Amino acid sequence: MGRFIVRRIAGMIFVLFAISVIVFLIFNVIPNSEPAQRMAGKNATPQLVAAIKKDWGFEDPLPQQYLTTMKKIFTGELISYSNQLNVNEQIKKGLPATFSLSIGAAVIWMFFGVIFGYLSAVRAGGLTDRLLTVVAIVGISMPVFVLAAVFLKYLAFDTGIFPAGGYVKLTEEPIEWAYHLILPWTTLAIIYVGFYSRVLRSNMLDAMGGDYVRTARAKGLTERQVMRRHVLRNSLIPIVTLFGLDFGAVVFGGAILTEAIFSLNGVGDYAYQSTVNLDLPPIMAVTLFGAFFVVLFNALVDIAYAYLDPRVRLGESAQ
Amino acid sequence: MDGVESIDGAPAGRSPWRLALARLLQNRVALAFLGLFVLIVVFCLAAPLWSTHVAETGPNDTHTLEKVTVDGEKRDVVSPDGQPIGPVWLKAGGKFFLGADGRLGRDEMVRLMYGGRTSLFISLAAALVTTLLSIVLGLMAGYYRGWIDAVIARGLDIIWAFPVVLLGIALGTALAVGGLQIGPISISGTSIWIPTLIIGVVYVPYMARPLRGEVLALREKEFVEAAVAQGAGPLRVMFGELLPNLWSTIIVFFALNIANNMLLESALSFLGAGVQAPNSSWGTMISTGFELIQSAPLLTILPGAMILLTVLSLNVFADGLRDALDPKSRVRLEVEAHSGLIEPEGPAV
Repeated sequence: MGRFIVRRIAGMIFVLFAISVIVFLIFNVIPNSEPAQRMAGKNATPQLVAAIKKDWGFEDPLPQQYLTTMKKIFTGELISYSNQLNVNEQIKKGLPATFSLSIGAAVIWMFFGVIFGYLSAVRAGGLTDRLLTVVAIVGISMPVFVLAAVFLKYLAFDTGIFPAGGYVKLTEEPIEWAYHLILPWTTLAIIYVGFYSRVLRSNMLDAMGGDYVRTARAKGLTERQVMRRHVLRNSLIPIVTLFGLDFGAVVFGGAILTEAIFSLNGVGDYAYQSTVNLDLPPIMAVTLFGAFFVVLFNALVDIAYAYLDPRVRLGESAQ
Repeated sequence: MDGVESIDGAPAGRSPWRLALARLLQNRVALAFLGLFVLIVVFCLAAPLWSTHVAETGPNDTHTLEKVTVDGEKRDVVSPDGQPIGPVWLKAGGKFFLGADGRLGRDEMVRLMYGGRTSLFISLAAALVTTLLSIVLGLMAGYYRGWIDAVIARGLDIIWAFPVVLLGIALGTALAVGGLQIGPISISGTSIWIPTLIIGVVYVPYMARPLRGEVLALREKEFVEAAVAQGAGPLRVMFGELLPNLWSTIIVFFALNIANNMLLESALSFLGAGVQAPNSSWGTMISTGFELIQSAPLLTILPGAMILLTVLSLNVFADGLRDALDPKSRVRLEVEAHSGLIEPEGPAV
């Protein structure tokens, strides 16, 4: 186990370094216009561009530039030249909203994904099963921001059932917090719930043919006990892996778009506003931290997974 | 079908492609959705016809202060308080069939058709970019193995670590300002080739990784050994022996890739990091339409519905294609999930 963790962390550090190099290349080196001009934003004065050029050391050799850039991002010196706000502070401010949205949505889609997947596997070919197939394929095909916009228009603006966007702090008003997040949660969850239940369904159908299922039946367990204790439990493992892979991408993918529609003032909304204004420093930081988060999260999931399932770490060392 | 011709009473063999086609032709759902996709493509290709002969206006022509005759009655294209005219269907002789698009008073129907051309073009061209890069990288990694494979696989892992939307935004904003200049090739920042290339590159790991896995497995088969023994060089083995065995996977991935590209293009354009003015796509139409979501929700819903229908038709058709090309594919998802070889294709964005 120790060796697995060490190897996994070493691999992770390499990937983190490579990611930081790629982000640096995208923003500072791509052969087109002057990088200082791009950093400065839309309405930059020549003086500002010259100051940025000096500050970021755009005339230094590339490795030196890389170090300057990383120092700026990680010590929290990075500021947006369009509104003079500190980028890291803005990101920190947005984190509660972003994680409230993503974690809440994830809980909902996992919960309903497991229920629907279970029901459709137990009654394969039935109505739930067919409905689920439709929900899953529409979910994969739906642009999340269109669904969000439709919800916002018809369930918030027109009928007033739900608040029209905005974020309320959990620590201040927990009920309002949940009330404001119901629509964004539902939007994100609908996109994923069908796909997850379909994966669970096929895992369960696969597991039903296992020897241990026959043994469980042979020793006299009821059908319900066989399904819940043996089939379902074993089928959940791949779902957890899939979740580990998806979650990071959801936080910095679907969540950005959902936040933009519901103006949740999270990291995604910040990235959206910066994109609209072509304000590069915030996008640079969000991209770097976003990719870091995904890598760290995946490593954690892998380690937890190896701890729970010895086959994983044995399989890894055999490669 | 002329697959079963008997020579001396014995049925002739049918090629796997013919068998797959026969299976596909039996899948009514897949065919219906292929039909839907073709309809959408025809709709978008007909844009110049509708634009010149029916609507008599271009996608970027503004009509802010003009009036249009609806049922003999003159109406403002854009009301004094900035509200665009809603759908008038054929009451104005085809003009403003779906209304105007906002303060600028552009014809929504014409924009929907032209926007679809942009969206479809980007999705298709990016899918070609992804497929070509993935084939080359997958074949090289799987054939040469060793350090070449290590470099390619690592590189793909690193790109794969970025959430696609985020990487798209980063590249989109960095390139939107100054465009791209590599040697003699110079692409302006507002060109639709910028989002095309970005989307094409971002999805490479999603296709190249599974292809590499397949090539690694095929590499061990006897027919490769036989080809090498006959003196076939690396190129001959890669493109003559290995590639033909990958086509069925590539075709399915290609169809799914177009669908995912369209979703990513719309997301990036909605965020402002995709298609740039004066070009417009369904994604940019949603981003301008959303400003009027309260008073004119159709401006968001129409392009949104077009994206949904296009992506849905491609996803369902790709599913049918996979069933037809690989009849054993019903068990595929489980096998993949257990072995971890191929990431199941979940929602893209």
